[in-house]
Amino acid sequence: MTQQADLDAMYQEIILDHYKNPQHKGLREPYEAEVHHVNPTCGDEVTLRVHLSADGTVVEDVSYDAEGCSISQAAASVMTELVIGRSVADALKLHETFLELMQGKGTVEPDEDVLEDGVAFAGVAKFPARVKCALLSWMAWKDATARITSQGATPKETS
Amino acid sequence: MDGLLPDLEIVRKDFPILERTVADGRPLVYLDSANTSQKPQCVVDAMVDHLEHHNANVARAMHTLGAEATEAFEHSRDVVAGFLHARSRDEVVFTKNASEALNLVANTLAWADAPLGVGAGDRVVITEMEHHSNIVPWQLLTQRKGAELRWFGLTDDGHLDLSRIDELITPNTKVVALTWVSNMLGTVNPVAEIARRAHEVGALVVVDASQAAPQLPIDVQAIDADFLAFTGHKTVGPTGIGVLWGRLELLEQLPPFLGGGEMIETVTMETSTYAHPPHKFEAGTPPIVEAVGLGAALTYLSEIGLDAIHAHEQAITRYLLDGLAGVEGVTVLGPAEVAERGGAVSFEVAGVHPHDVAQLLDSRGVAVRAGHHCAKPAHRRFGVQSSTRASSYLYTTPEEIEAFIEALQYTKSYFKV
Repeated sequence: MTQQADLDAMYQEIILDHYKNPQHKGLREPYEAEVHHVNPTCGDEVTLRVHLSADGTVVEDVSYDAEGCSISQAAASVMTELVIGRSVADALKLHETFLELMQGKGTVEPDEDVLEDGVAFAGVAKFPARVKCALLSWMAWKDATARITSQGATPKETS
Repeated sequence: MDGLLPDLEIVRKDFPILERTVADGRPLVYLDSANTSQKPQCVVDAMVDHLEHHNANVARAMHTLGAEATEAFEHSRDVVAGFLHARSRDEVVFTKNASEALNLVANTLAWADAPLGVGAGDRVVITEMEHHSNIVPWQLLTQRKGAELRWFGLTDDGHLDLSRIDELITPNTKVVALTWVSNMLGTVNPVAEIARRAHEVGALVVVDASQAAPQLPIDVQAIDADFLAFTGHKTVGPTGIGVLWGRLELLEQLPPFLGGGEMIETVTMETSTYAHPPHKFEAGTPPIVEAVGLGAALTYLSEIGLDAIHAHEQAITRYLLDGLAGVEGVTVLGPAEVAERGGAVSFEVAGVHPHDVAQLLDSRGVAVRAGHHCAKPAHRRFGVQSSTRASSYLYTTPEEIEAFIEALQYTKSYFKV
């Protein structure tokens, strides 16, 4: 494939749509954990909150405030669409699947039934410098979720 | 176009990498020289020749190759001393890069006794436009010693705000550390003037010349600095070699930095005495072939002439600024006047993130840098998280600037802004 084709494969319409119209953006309450992740090489940042069900098994909400490139912003948007409403176990499996896709250097064929809009990121895997952009919010979500499940955190609300 | 190097096409032939293609066969347009410069054939050849014919350790091998290697290594020290107009070759310390040179100064000032050393209640002054390598070492020093860190702010047009200089540079100020040329804003700072003010209160002046050394004639005596650091790879030399220049009497007073081979006079199990500068600060086997490469690089630049290189950079940067001014939605950070800046231009494109700009430019063969350029505080000062930076050098042509501007227009159309 030519570089131009690779480029077009990365900047799919779906990605650019999510970039311009990010889903679930903005910080909301309640939440049990808030994390701040940065990409130290480029400065992309995300502040992300996770709210789980009382028994800690369902992702009730993921809200975020992020600044970064089209790939990192679209990834945050797609990630929230995928994990909100899912069981924590299923969401963690999705995270693994997405991670495999991103680390596959373009050799992994994604399953649209599983990853939905996430398949649009398949082209990113061919640009090693951009993989971390696509993973930033996923890593933040996993970190926040791990903090809740490991500490049995209680919901936070500021009033 | 006035100011361009008269032998630009010949200069370009000295840099073999400029002939390669990228991005589906497009000619490479390398506009990332403030990040690292490309290397002329003479530097590559000098390093290969050294490794093929003269390789040995320096100053400790009692054989023919050892003598040749030592001579080549020390010859590079002479070249650097000449390049900087140093009073003595003993003022030139080889380090691995500019960061190590700056850390060497900050650390030895933490360890030095009074009156040279920095202690509790003393002040260190830096600026908001520094590269992280001239911020973090001073944070570490002041935090460890209970000293105070202050800094010059910046004006809206990207200059140092000198209006509060008397409040900043006070009698308890021990160090004023600043960059000569900003790697992000491009601003050329009045280092001689600030050095004069710093010396009035007895402060030491540390100049980060990483961006100045490639493009400005440097005379450490004229600017009256106490220490000056630069790195080899931005001055058409190899990576892995940097330079700390320091006034000899200061280098003599400072304690050693790293301990080890070659920095000693004599060693017993209890204690050691130390070599004289510069070797006192060069523990272990130094970057020998890198020093040889740096010597060849600085010789190459000096033969073309730093005045001619500076004029070329000014002409190309003016053309670049003019080109950017014609692209709607582009905002340039830093001084608008080319005479006040070096050959690095950071800018924003409304609606397109710098990563995406750099990715699209790369697809057209144009190499730029995107991100915070290791100057996060300077970006924060101007309310931006990151920027795209195009930086030219002595091999950059007007046609390359045109290709860059065209690729930028393409980027905007790709993202529909």
